[in-house]
Amino acid sequence: MSGKPKLHYFNGRGRMESIRWLLAAAGVEFEECFLETKDDLTKLQKDGSLLFQQVPMVEIDGMKMVQSRAIGNYIATKYNLYGKDLKERALIDMYVEAVIDLNELFMTHAFQPADKKQQHFATIVDKATNRYFPVYEKVLKDHGQDFLVGNQFSRADVQLLETLLMAEECKPDILAKFPLLQSFKARISNIPTIKKFLQPGSQRKPPLQEKDVPKLMKIFH
Amino acid sequence: MAGKPKLRYAKGRGRMESIRWLLAAAGVEFEEEFIETKEDLEKLRNDGSLLFQQVPMVEIDGMKMVQTRAILSYMAAKYNLYGKDLKERAWIDMYVEGTTELMGMMMFLAFQPADTKEKNLALMIERATTRYFPVYEKALKDHGHDYLVGNKLSWADIHLLEAILMVEECKPDILSAFPLLQ
Repeated sequence: MSGKPKLHYFNGRGRMESIRWLLAAAGVEFEECFLETKDDLTKLQKDGSLLFQQVPMVEIDGMKMVQSRAIGNYIATKYNLYGKDLKERALIDMYVEAVIDLNELFMTHAFQPADKKQQHFATIVDKATNRYFPVYEKVLKDHGQDFLVGNQFSRADVQLLETLLMAEECKPDILAKFPLLQSFKARISNIPTIKKFLQPGSQRKPPLQEKDVPKLMKIFH
Repeated sequence: MAGKPKLRYAKGRGRMESIRWLLAAAGVEFEEEFIETKEDLEKLRNDGSLLFQQVPMVEIDGMKMVQTRAILSYMAAKYNLYGKDLKERAWIDMYVEGTTELMGMMMFLAFQPADTKEKNLALMIERATTRYFPVYEKALKDHGHDYLVGNKLSWADIHLLEAILMVEECKPDILSAFPLLQ
C-alpha cells in the first residue's frame, strides 16, 4: 500500500487535469489508473467506488473522493495552497472558480460540431481576453506581488498558470496584451515542482486530439 | 451602514437561491437589491462592482464577492456550517457538489424549448432517484444521525433540503422510495 493518492480517470486532461497540477505543484507523487473502455467505468460503478457514478475519483487518505471541486479543495487545504485565512480563501475561490469557467470552454472545444467550432473559438478568445485575463492582470498590477493572493504561492496561481498555457495552445499570442500575465507565467513555471511537471515525461496530459473523441464518447456514453 | 450582507441578483432563484438558504439557515439577516433591467446590470458592470462582469454578487465583510461557490464556501465557514475538520469538509463538499448538479439540471429545465423539456425532465427525475437521492438516503442510513456529516447541521443538509423541495415541486411523490430523506 503505497500511501500515494491514486487517480481514476481516462488518459487525458478533462476534469482531472487541474487535480494533477495541484498535486504536482505540492510535490506530491501520485499514481494513475486509466479507464480505457466502458467496462472499466462500469466496474468502478458496480463496486461502489464512485459516489455519484462518475469520475474523477481520487483515492486519498482512506477516502474515495469524487467531484473535482471537492478533491481540489481537499488537496489545496492539506498542502497549504489555500491561503492563510478565510478572506484569502475567499479570494482564491473567486479566482479559481472563474478559471474553472474558462477551462470549461477550452475543454468543450474538441467536442464542438464542425460548423460551430469557429464561433466557439471566437467566443473563447473573446471571453479570455475581455472578461478573465484583464482581471488577473489588474490583480497583479495593483499589488505588485509575485503571487495572486497573500504574497504566497497558492492554488490560484497553479490553476491560472494551467489556464494560461491552455489558452496559448489555442492561440499562441493570446497573452500579447498582458505583460504581467506573461511574466507571471514565466515566474510560476520556474517554481521547481511546476518546472518538473512541465518537463516531457511528466504526468501532465496533452490536449485532447479530435481523433481521440470517439473513444472517449464510447467510455462515457 | 447596515453591516448586513447585500445580495445583488434578479428577483428570482437562479444561482442566488442557495446563498439565500444558507444565510437564512444561519439566522443572518440580509438585504437584496434586485436587477430589474439591463441598465441595472450595466451600471454594476461599469462601476467595477462585478469582478467578472457577472452576478450573483454579495457585499459582505467589506468584499464584493462573486462566483456562487466562493460565496457559499465563505459563508459556510464563517457561520460554522462547514464541519469541524478537513475530512468533514471533504464530505460536505462532495455532497454539496452532488446536489449542485441536481439543482443545475432543474435550473436548466426552465430554459428548455417545449420539445426537449419533457425529455430533460424525465432525465432529471431518473438521475434524482437513481444517482443522487440514493446516496443521501444511504448516508443517513449508515450512520443513523440526524444530519449528513459529523452529527451536526451543515451546509450539506441545507443544500439537500433545498434540492429536495425543488424536485418535489416538479414531482410531488419523488421521495416515495426514500423514507429517511422524508
